[in-house]
Amino acid sequence: MLAAIVVFLLFAITDSSANHLWLKQTGVAAWTTQAAFFGIVAVPVGLLMIGGEFDLSAGVMTGVTAIVMALLVGKWHVNTWIAILITIAFATAIGLINGYIVVLTKLPSFIVTLATFFILRGASTGGVLLLNSGSTQITVTTAHPAGLSSAKSIFGSSFFSSGSLPSGYSTAILWFIAVTIVGTWVLSRTTFGNWIFAAGGDQNAARNVGVPVNRTKVLLFVSTALAAALVGIISFTQASSAVSEQGVGYEFFYIIAAVVGGCLLTGGYGSAIGAALGACIIGMAFEGVIYAGWDSSWDFAFLGVILFLAVVVNTLIYRRALKARR
Amino acid sequence: MSEPPTNTKETTAMSGENPESAPAVHTGRSAATSPTTTDGPAPALEVRSVSKYFGSVNALEDVSLDVHAGQVTCVLGDNGAGKSTLIKILSGVHTPDSGEMLFDGDPVTFAGPREARAHGIATVFQDLATVPLMSVWRNFFLGNEPTRGRGPLQRMDIKQAQRVMREEMAKMGIDVRDPNQTVGTLSGGERQAVAIARAVYFGAKVLILDEPTSALGVRQSGIVLKYVIQARELGRAVIFITHNPHHAYPVGDRFVLLKRGRMLGSYAKSDTSIAKLTSLMAGGAELEELSHELQRAVDPSVKEVAKELAAEVKTPG
Repeated sequence: MLAAIVVFLLFAITDSSANHLWLKQTGVAAWTTQAAFFGIVAVPVGLLMIGGEFDLSAGVMTGVTAIVMALLVGKWHVNTWIAILITIAFATAIGLINGYIVVLTKLPSFIVTLATFFILRGASTGGVLLLNSGSTQITVTTAHPAGLSSAKSIFGSSFFSSGSLPSGYSTAILWFIAVTIVGTWVLSRTTFGNWIFAAGGDQNAARNVGVPVNRTKVLLFVSTALAAALVGIISFTQASSAVSEQGVGYEFFYIIAAVVGGCLLTGGYGSAIGAALGACIIGMAFEGVIYAGWDSSWDFAFLGVILFLAVVVNTLIYRRALKARR
Repeated sequence: MSEPPTNTKETTAMSGENPESAPAVHTGRSAATSPTTTDGPAPALEVRSVSKYFGSVNALEDVSLDVHAGQVTCVLGDNGAGKSTLIKILSGVHTPDSGEMLFDGDPVTFAGPREARAHGIATVFQDLATVPLMSVWRNFFLGNEPTRGRGPLQRMDIKQAQRVMREEMAKMGIDVRDPNQTVGTLSGGERQAVAIARAVYFGAKVLILDEPTSALGVRQSGIVLKYVIQARELGRAVIFITHNPHHAYPVGDRFVLLKRGRMLGSYAKSDTSIAKLTSLMAGGAELEELSHELQRAVDPSVKEVAKELAAEVKTPG
């Protein structure tokens, strides 16, 4: 929380855009939209990390699901709502595959989902080229595809557009808020949330008292895949097109958001709201650098510094939590 | 058949104070004979000459024991004596290759740990009992969370969980001021107490404690022994597994000695002493001569320690 405020103020001070737009609607809309696209996936990725696992395929999944949508709607003229259902089913399947491979083989999820990442990346790029006669971009060509406008109003639209902000705020922000609320509720209030902490904290102890650790982990993998699918659906309905390799590299932003937000890399500790704030910090970093008039190549250096500081602070908190007495 | 399962509610009458009321002594070799428990209620859990082989290794051979409600049965043995195999059989992880188990007088076989738990057999594993990074109340109800509301609004009843946890911990003599305190900040003895209190609260009739004191210092061990007595006073049948006769003797009502998978013997408290248990564990018959020497050297201090511990654990609260 404190870190988010510090970053916000930093860019408020360094804002060198004409009319100081950072503090105005334009700036807020820009970074909240950016934050939403990261945060929708970062929250479930954070929950998965608390549950003791990683998902490196979440980034590419946002692109692959957008491509699935684009192929279904743009190329095969499927009703958009049916395409959404198919995409959700596809994401669920990928999540189940990731989850079951991890719990059944007991291999590190880092490696398993890295493999899924590359398989999906290669298959989607190759598949798009094959099906789309050599082009990497799939665009909706029909004038009014069935269901696209209604789906767009829910997923890929905007709100509060005004004279000073013609494009409004992205609907993705509302989804981000919803995902954060659901994530917080599940983690802190429900039985399943208790199991997530236990699965990541000490899975042997959890099993000893009858927690279904494997089921918990598989469901978490499904939730990250579904969240990625939500982003894929949002980005497709917004742009009415999809490009292969979209979303590649985002998997690390999700993990950075979760870690900056206080999720422990080793599992067992963290919060959904923390991951959401982490996503806000990344959103601010990406947009703030532009508003500050710096070369945007420095984005990553800035992110790296934030990540490093966050990990140092988190480790100190973790040690204190474990060794407060004796 | 054995006697019909008697109600074991009036257990406090036969808890530790008068070990004379314990069933007759039978030593290991003859344990396979008829399970004539003399007077008193039927054992909560009875193990009749179970054996377990791993390949050609006899992990456990012809081991029998009776576990009564309101009593502490200590299973003593050095490393490799078969203690962990016995625990795994009792808690349903392994099924015995021969022999049988009777729960409340009825023969039972457990397909897995879940089934053993469903019968009321709870095992508190040494280091694998609690999750350090989770709060005390979350740990207490882990796997058995109380809920309110229904459908998507179903949630943990946190207030109720915290209240019950504080009450149950108070019964163990621990005042948890902040229920959100993580278990990792508790001392080793208190962590065991959380696990014991949890097992007792969730209706464990038989409580298996796997080396609860082995990783702890003297003071913390004393605290855990106090909780062992508390669990006994609450009418539970406690199986206390340890390699330390100094910890076992003050709290135990019956002592079963294991060595290389076989029973060295089963003794009521009145029939044995720390020195005897120590010497039996140290090597049994073949080392008897050496143990006599040891006994002479160690006896006075050992007795002193035993008295102190016994006094300490008997003081209430």
